[in-house]
Amino acid sequence: MGEWWTTVPIGTSMGNYEASRISHATMSPSRQNNYVSMYSLPLSKSSYSVISAFCTEDNISPCISYINQELDSLGLSSICIEASSPGGAGLSAVPALNAMYELLQIHRRNMCTLEELEKEQLKKTSSLEHMQMNNSRLKDQLELSIREKSGLHETERQLQLKIKTLQSCLKTEKDEVQKLQNIIASRASQYSHDAKRKEREASKLKERLSQLLVDRKDKKLAIDVLNCLGRSDGRRSHWKTAKATASHEGEMYKSLLSDYEASQRSLMLENAELKKVLQQMKKEMIHILSPRQSSSRRATADDTQEQVDSDGEEKAGDSSRETLDQSCEHAREQLTNSIRQQWRKLRNHMEKLDSQASQVQNQLESNKEVIPRETHDEEMERMRHEVQQCKEFIHTQQQLLQQQLNTSFDDETAALLNDCYTLEEKERLKEEWRLFEEQKRNFERERKNFTEAAIRLGREKKAFQEDRATWLKNQFLNMTPFTDRRRCSSSDGHSALSIRSEPEMRISSTNTQPAKSSTYATFSTPKPTQSATVPSTTELYRTLRLIPDSRSPRQRQTFNSFACRTPCRTLCSLVCPPAPTPSGHRKSAPSCETTVFIGLHFDATGKS
Amino acid sequence: MNFSEVFKQSNQLCKVSPDGKYLATCVQYRLVVRDMSTLQILQLYTCLDQISHMDWSSDSLFILCAMYKRGLVQVWSLEQPDWHCKIDEGSIGLLSSRWSPDGRHILNTTEFHLRITVWSLCTKAVSYIKYPKACQKGIDFSRDGCYMALAERRDCKDYVSVFVCDDWHLLRHFETETQDLGGLEWSPNGCVLAVWDSCLEYKVLLYSLDGRLLSTYSAYEWSLGVKTVTWSPSSQFLAIGSYDEKVRVLNHITWKKITQFEHPATINNTKAVVYKEVERRPAVGADDLSLHNITIGTTLFNTQSKYEICPPPVQIPVVKPDPDRANPKIGVSTLAFSSDSRYLATKNGGFQVQSLNWHCSGDSLILLGKEQLCLCYMDTDQEDK
Repeated sequence: MGEWWTTVPIGTSMGNYEASRISHATMSPSRQNNYVSMYSLPLSKSSYSVISAFCTEDNISPCISYINQELDSLGLSSICIEASSPGGAGLSAVPALNAMYELLQIHRRNMCTLEELEKEQLKKTSSLEHMQMNNSRLKDQLELSIREKSGLHETERQLQLKIKTLQSCLKTEKDEVQKLQNIIASRASQYSHDAKRKEREASKLKERLSQLLVDRKDKKLAIDVLNCLGRSDGRRSHWKTAKATASHEGEMYKSLLSDYEASQRSLMLENAELKKVLQQMKKEMIHILSPRQSSSRRATADDTQEQVDSDGEEKAGDSSRETLDQSCEHAREQLTNSIRQQWRKLRNHMEKLDSQASQVQNQLESNKEVIPRETHDEEMERMRHEVQQCKEFIHTQQQLLQQQLNTSFDDETAALLNDCYTLEEKERLKEEWRLFEEQKRNFERERKNFTEAAIRLGREKKAFQEDRATWLKNQFLNMTPFTDRRRCSSSDGHSALSIRSEPEMRISSTNTQPAKSSTYATFSTPKPTQSATVPSTTELYRTLRLIPDSRSPRQRQTFNSFACRTPCRTLCSLVCPPAPTPSGHRKSAPSCETTVFIGLHFDATGKS
Repeated sequence: MNFSEVFKQSNQLCKVSPDGKYLATCVQYRLVVRDMSTLQILQLYTCLDQISHMDWSSDSLFILCAMYKRGLVQVWSLEQPDWHCKIDEGSIGLLSSRWSPDGRHILNTTEFHLRITVWSLCTKAVSYIKYPKACQKGIDFSRDGCYMALAERRDCKDYVSVFVCDDWHLLRHFETETQDLGGLEWSPNGCVLAVWDSCLEYKVLLYSLDGRLLSTYSAYEWSLGVKTVTWSPSSQFLAIGSYDEKVRVLNHITWKKITQFEHPATINNTKAVVYKEVERRPAVGADDLSLHNITIGTTLFNTQSKYEICPPPVQIPVVKPDPDRANPKIGVSTLAFSSDSRYLATKNGGFQVQSLNWHCSGDSLILLGKEQLCLCYMDTDQEDK
């Protein structure tokens, strides 16, 4: 019991705070009971409300059974809490106490584990915090070190560059040093050579000197001439006097002066030439610039032109002055300045032209690219087409040539072939001739038919004429005013006309001639008006026919037909028979005339 | 080209007289004078010793024969074979001997360049000139023969003395601004004296006749300098050949460089025509020649070798000389202007060309090699001007 009690405070201290507080506050081994009671009291107080909720006097046994079940489910040795008395309100203390004790144990254990877990958790959180701190610190360190590294890289690169440049410098320096060393070496060798030479000479000198000192045989230097020669220029030699020296000096200066004069002359000539050239250049430049600028459209044209003019005047003045005073510094300066000015202008002008030209060229090029491409394409197409045609042509030609060549190889077959060809042609020709002959014959036949038809026609005409003439004659003879009123009304006029026409005809027989001719003429020419009048004449003839109705149906018919078909011409031919049959129709001539007149008159009446 | 028979000679002493009529050759101690046209021996003189040097006088009347070992000079006359003249320098020795321009004086340079002795054949008088300089070209006569320029060195300084050749009167004596005078040369018109320094320094000084310094020209420093200097016949140009294988030409008005010619190892210039002699015999190697400033030329060739035109670029075989040795065989060593100052012939490097000489008409050039001879004709029709 005491052990149990000692564990309590530990367990309870970690666990339920309320309980632990209470347990601490009330912890006292001597006052176990008190503690228990105290422990139990608040517990009972705190749990009383729970317990009171859970168990009441009424439901003790279900509570008990429930608790048993719970204990079973918890895995505790089923300490069946029995009721102290069945149905009683109490309960047996031993199992209950055991159960409680076990529960307490469990609770205590739980508390312990909880404590431990809490401890662990604390530890873990602290370690986690620690780790996080470390991590962040290390990250910062890492960043810092990376930055340092990049910085070091940079410095390293720069140093490398420096090294390279220094190396190249070193190389150049080395080369120079080498060169200088070579120079020094050559100079040194030269010096040594000279020094050696001098030393040798000195040694020889010393030897000679010693030899001379030893010898002492002074070989006198002398000249042995047979006889003196004359001077080369023939003159006598002079004494050396001051005058001579002066003359020498004079000679020297004379020669120098003459040389200077000669050079000065040549330089003057050159100078004059150059000046001339400059003048020419200047004139030409002015000339080039002035017409250009007078026709230019630039804004500075006027200014420059004025300048040019003024310059020109200046130049004119200058040139005159210059020719007079060639050596004048001022004139020379002016000339050079003016030339420089002109040259600048010319250069500017040329530059402008160049830029313009380049622009234009660009434009042209751009234009060229646009237009010529199209035309280029077209041309290309055309040319391709042409080429194709030509190729085909050539091909065919080749083929023919081949054939020819082939045929020419074999004479017999060629001859045969030729014969065949000629035969073919002959056949064709024969066909054509035949056709031609046939056609010719046809034409002949037709002509014949036509002529026959014409002859027949003529004959028929003649017959008809005669017939008509007789009929008319009959009509005239048979004509009475009373036979047909209606007809007479129309024919009155008609007959009257006819009667009238007759005497008129007789009267104006002479008149008829020209009139007839005129009418004939007018009649002969088939005009639309005439043709218009023709139906009226056909009416007339119809009416006329009506009079002698039965007389000549054939005539009528023929009349009709003739009139209908060929009104004018046939009328004319009827009325005025054609020339070829003059004699036969002379009789009917008057009748023709009369009929004509009738027609005319009728026309007039018809129209009016 | 026809060749005469071979005549014996010694010491390469064989000279034609200035008037072109006679040919003088030395055989050991004999002097043989032949007629130029017939090559018949006209005169025969005997000297006391082996002749070291022989020279014609300017009027072709006298010949001097110098025997350096004995210190003797003997003068012979063509007109009068009996006439003789002997000059003995004595114990002082003889280094070189030359005629004066008038042909009546002989200048002997004694050993160690102690002095120059001027012997007059007219008056038998003697004059001395002290402290002559021992250099490449220390003495020069002007073209007209009036003046003589002599380089002197006193107290480690260079001087130039100008003498009047008439009576050897000292006209001018002035100091030059050279470290170590290498040579001097009169311009053809006699008014300007070109003075150049030794090869250790590139410096060319121009003095007028009366001793005034007209101009100084220095192309570069430190490297080896001037090797040779030549005036153009018209006195308009001064050509300076140097150790850097370049020729610089100065003009006489401003004394400034007007142009510079280079001698590259590879010729790329399309205007240059390179003739290469090709020999059929394989034993003798080809003699390669390169000529500057020549637009076109035709060459005479013998039957055994032929010149062919090499198309550019042409690589010229260059033998690099040993730079450690003194007076290296690099640089432009010979310059020659043609007589009309139109062409300049140069020899660069260690080619075996001993001399370049133009014909007086200026149309042709003769090149003398060690074993070969070459004549070059300029085709002047090609030139427009």
